[in-house]
Amino acid sequence: MYGLGIVKGLLVTLKNFVRKPATINYPEQRAPQHSRFRGEEFAWYEERCTGCASCAKFCPLGIIHIETSPSEANIPEGDSYKLEAFDIDIARCMFCGFCVEVCPYDALFMGSGFEEAQYSRQDLVLDKIKDQREGKNKSPSTWFRPQLEAQKYIPLSGTEMKWDDAGREEWTYHPTKRPKRDLLSWRNKNFKNKGEN
Amino acid sequence: MLSENLWFHNIYCFLYTGDTAISGCSNATGLLPESLNWMPYYIAGFSMVLVLINIFMAFGALYTYAERRLIGRFQSRVGPNRAGPFGILQPVADGIKLLTKESMIPDQADKPVYNLAPIIMLIPVILVVAVLPVGEGTFMTDLNIALLFAISITALTTIAIFMAGFSTGNRFAMLGAMRAVAQLISYEVPVVLSTVGIILLTGSLSLVDVVEAQAIPFILVQPLAFLIFIIGGSAEMNRTPFDTVEAESELIAGYHIEYGGMKFAMFQLAEYASVLINSAVITTLFLSGWEGPFSFIPSPIWFLLKMFFMAFCFIWIRATLPRLRMDQVMSFAWKFLLPLSLINIFVTAIEVLIFGVNGTFTQGDLWIISGINIIVSIIGIVIFSKILEIDSGFNTQFKVTV
Ligand code: SF4
Ligand code: SF4
Repeated sequence: MYGLGIVKGLLVTLKNFVRKPATINYPEQRAPQHSRFRGEEFAWYEERCTGCASCAKFCPLGIIHIETSPSEANIPEGDSYKLEAFDIDIARCMFCGFCVEVCPYDALFMGSGFEEAQYSRQDLVLDKIKDQREGKNKSPSTWFRPQLEAQKYIPLSGTEMKWDDAGREEWTYHPTKRPKRDLLSWRNKNFKNKGEN
Repeated sequence: MLSENLWFHNIYCFLYTGDTAISGCSNATGLLPESLNWMPYYIAGFSMVLVLINIFMAFGALYTYAERRLIGRFQSRVGPNRAGPFGILQPVADGIKLLTKESMIPDQADKPVYNLAPIIMLIPVILVVAVLPVGEGTFMTDLNIALLFAISITALTTIAIFMAGFSTGNRFAMLGAMRAVAQLISYEVPVVLSTVGIILLTGSLSLVDVVEAQAIPFILVQPLAFLIFIIGGSAEMNRTPFDTVEAESELIAGYHIEYGGMKFAMFQLAEYASVLINSAVITTLFLSGWEGPFSFIPSPIWFLLKMFFMAFCFIWIRATLPRLRMDQVMSFAWKFLLPLSLINIFVTAIEVLIFGVNGTFTQGDLWIISGINIIVSIIGIVIFSKILEIDSGFNTQFKVTV
């Protein structure tokens, strides 16, 4: 009315003008990230995974690819499958986290990264077996994993999370007494045999 | 005059060889031989034109940067800050990008008109620079009809906009062009009428006389005219409260929808430079031009400071106000601005009759006139905003009933 509203509006924008901008200059500065962030690069622990493929079945998009074969070793301890491939095609992943929710053995975790741009679609397929061997498995998100929150674990701190710390305490199927195997050589041998045949 | 201009004079005398009585120089021999003594005039004049135009175009380019930065700040953002320190090279980056774009001409376009429109858009903006009294003695020419010249030349952009909209054969562009013609012609009327008060007070159309007559800035003496000039000016430049011509949400881009590359850049440059030109005209008419309170700062700096302040105000207005509907824009011009500008002329004319002895005013007279005019403008705005509200349904649909 009488143009007073315009003056009020001008004063509001002037107030914004003298205020500090709310922008976070992203590559240099970062917004604080919650530890339950559902990021890319899933963390996966080969030692915990039984190859049950629940994650693959529950994924609404069917983008988890698991290949298993019957295990001949440690059958009395319940080690019935050995894993030959565990790939997640995060190009199509919507980070719903169902796969993490259903994993009965706390083997799969959401990651905490988000800058995973790649030049080709093939590069977006995470080969988790390879990743784990190369030690790219460091910062699982605490999303849907109360035990990590209880430990006050902060994913972005960069501290490594060991597979035997990552599980829930009530869970006794794979206790720490699980025999340590030389996983690397065991898998390598298997892959070699498969490839040669 | 041109020969009084220091810059022109120095270059001219540096080159000129011949009779000092004709040239007005202190030296009789210059760089060029006597047989070529017609050339210094053109060289000196051309160099001045080149520098002035390029400075204004560079300001226009910088203004695009400033506008984005400042609008960012008005919206609590930072704006472009990547190219160069503080993003100051952003206009250069934009220019390189636009220059390397493919130059496309739509199939249905009327090609000569299509290609001519951006040039015609840019030329009036450059022409107005000629009459701007940028500082004491640095003006290019002191036209005795400078005010009329500035207003009528800037009105040429309407033709360019209509040419652009009409020749592309795009219906959005056509709509934008029709709106431009309707809007720009409507707003031309109150804008011109608002300057009549100033002409009455100064008794001259020359911008230099206008500045020299301002014992106190005319923003105080003619507040209503200032308001009308700012509103009408932003309507003529198609800036935000009145940018129905290129309304993104309705017409995508309006008249320049089919333009790309450098032609588009010329439209943009003309629009942004016209903001500066308009600010310069407002500075001259209402903010006492090159005069400043401290004389140790040179007069062109005062002029530029005031001009940039006005440009800042335009950015501020753009960052604040939403776009009006087309019918609101039109009714605002005819039902609000036009009667107010007529009232302003009427009141000012009476004041000139009463106070103006031989067409000159003392500072005391001007203060009295300013007091009367401020009261008149407040009363006028109140009355006519009531009328506007009743008439045009500005608020009626949204009235809250308790
Ligand atoms: S987060 Fe959702 S979409 Fe992504 S792999 Fe897991 S279940 Fe599939
Ligand atoms: S990650 Fe979990 S759900 Fe998926 S196969 Fe391994 S144990 Fe099963």
